[in-house]
Amino acid sequence: MHLSWIDYLIIALYCAFVLGVGFKLKKSMRTSTDFFLSGRKIPAWITGLAFISANLGALEVMGMAANGAKYGMLTCHFYWVGAIPAMLFVGLAMMPFYYGSKARSVPEYLRLRFDEKTRALNAITFAVMTVLASGINLYAMALLFKLMLGWSIHATILLSAIVVLIYTFLGGLTSSIYNEVLQFFLIVLGILPLAVLSVAEAGGWSGMAARLPAGFMHMWTNLGSANANPMGVDWFQVVAGLGFVLSFGYWCTDFLVVQRALAARDMNAAQKTPLIAAVPKMFIPFLVIIPGMAAWAVLPHASFLLQGKVDYNMALPLLLARYYPAGMLGVGITALLASFMSGMAGNVTAFNTVWTYDIYSSYIRPGQNDEHYLWMGKVATVAGVLISIGTAYMTLHFNNIMDYLQLIFSFVNAPLFATFLLGMFWKRTTANGAFGGLAAGTVAAGLHYFATVHGWITYRSDMAGNFSRAIFAWTVCFVLTLLISLFTKPRTESELQGLVYSLTEKPKYRHLGILHRPATLAVVVLVICAVLDVVFQ
Amino acid sequence: MSEGNMDLDIRWPIGLLFSAMGAALGIFGAFFTSPWLDLDLWWGVVMLVFGLAMIWGASRAGRHG
Repeated sequence: MHLSWIDYLIIALYCAFVLGVGFKLKKSMRTSTDFFLSGRKIPAWITGLAFISANLGALEVMGMAANGAKYGMLTCHFYWVGAIPAMLFVGLAMMPFYYGSKARSVPEYLRLRFDEKTRALNAITFAVMTVLASGINLYAMALLFKLMLGWSIHATILLSAIVVLIYTFLGGLTSSIYNEVLQFFLIVLGILPLAVLSVAEAGGWSGMAARLPAGFMHMWTNLGSANANPMGVDWFQVVAGLGFVLSFGYWCTDFLVVQRALAARDMNAAQKTPLIAAVPKMFIPFLVIIPGMAAWAVLPHASFLLQGKVDYNMALPLLLARYYPAGMLGVGITALLASFMSGMAGNVTAFNTVWTYDIYSSYIRPGQNDEHYLWMGKVATVAGVLISIGTAYMTLHFNNIMDYLQLIFSFVNAPLFATFLLGMFWKRTTANGAFGGLAAGTVAAGLHYFATVHGWITYRSDMAGNFSRAIFAWTVCFVLTLLISLFTKPRTESELQGLVYSLTEKPKYRHLGILHRPATLAVVVLVICAVLDVVFQ
Repeated sequence: MSEGNMDLDIRWPIGLLFSAMGAALGIFGAFFTSPWLDLDLWWGVVMLVFGLAMIWGASRAGRHG
């Protein structure tokens, strides 16, 4: 695949505009609240699109197309079961605590609700994990462009990281959010023709059904047994493991996405942020998963071979090479570049906030003036990008180490939602209960993995093992938190005002028409999602 | 829709970027390449229309805001 001058012109235009947004917003960054939380004045449609775009990184776009080619419609579970319900829950049920408590980050909410040690555990693991994810994303993008276009891995890593560094350093979270909105439209308009053309060539839905393996066209029909579908999972693992534990654990507690809602200008906008994001999220499968299926239906399977093995990650690059002429190829490559940058900028802005608010100003240099923390935020932005570059090179040379690091952090994440659920909806939950439950859940996840590796517990597929491990860790955390809380002293009700469901004033929207209320939007999204589940069952 | 940050209505950069990209793609499709239809030309028109709609929305908000 070779790019022509028009392709490079389109890529250059994109880079110039994202940098221009950073330069334009530079003078707005007067306080740490401006830099870390956009001054809490962004309207819902912008934070909503940023919420979805920060999640729509290169690994998601490439990976979900690959999963479409490998598993077919079963991949849609990651959206219609594994995302939408959790996005509705965080908007309606959890945002009143996050936004209403005026917490500046998710770890800070844990400090307000529990104590310092629970906050420190969450802040440190999140900060490390988020820059690692950023670096792995960077490496994956550089490797992709090396395979597709022959670009130097070093040049791709450095140039793309520098662009992200400049616009996040100059304009903070606002610059990141604004560029995420721009990147969202670019991803959609850059990949949409690919989706239409690939499905058309495959002969539409019936044509794909005729060419693809049995079971590829259904979401639920073959989930009665793990042996009956290519994913090797059953309905309980999908609903409880993916749809509840992993999905709610990510969408409801990951500061990377929650930060976008905290930048909203009022409670109504904060609640609507994930609800607005859920609308495009529902239709992303038509943009990436179904084209991935069409790629497997249309293209010779030998074209997926990489070093003698089938590499499903080639689905999207192969479609780009097949359908896009010079010019459109530049738009497609820019869409991939935009998806990478939105993911990396999201990681960097979440990292600099957690580092400055939850680690530096709490444990290293408390009591400094606002100007000092604004300066530290900019230092943390540079450090976050440099660590990401270092992580990308580590992944290049020590791929296995990065796999293990990600695995260890997945042990921490699996039980996390149990801590939040009990903390927000049961005022009797104590700080020691939360910390003890979280630690026990993490150990349980590690032990489960150990037992799986040694063959003491076996599953039909690695994915089934991952879903089951999440269910086990979450259950251990939930039960232990409950038991320890019953035997330890809870905080007084006056200390928990605004932090627990029963002690928080519910947002009132009587002054708004029924169509403008968050709950109405949530019902509409839920109905559409249910219809999609039924149509593609 | 409202603009968000007081120093920058996000629709301006989105509108200008997509207009520039769409125009470049459309002109390239019309004059520099030949194909049942030219994807560059028509998708360039789609991107240009999207960009102009964003600019129209931003300038309208600017006049009334």
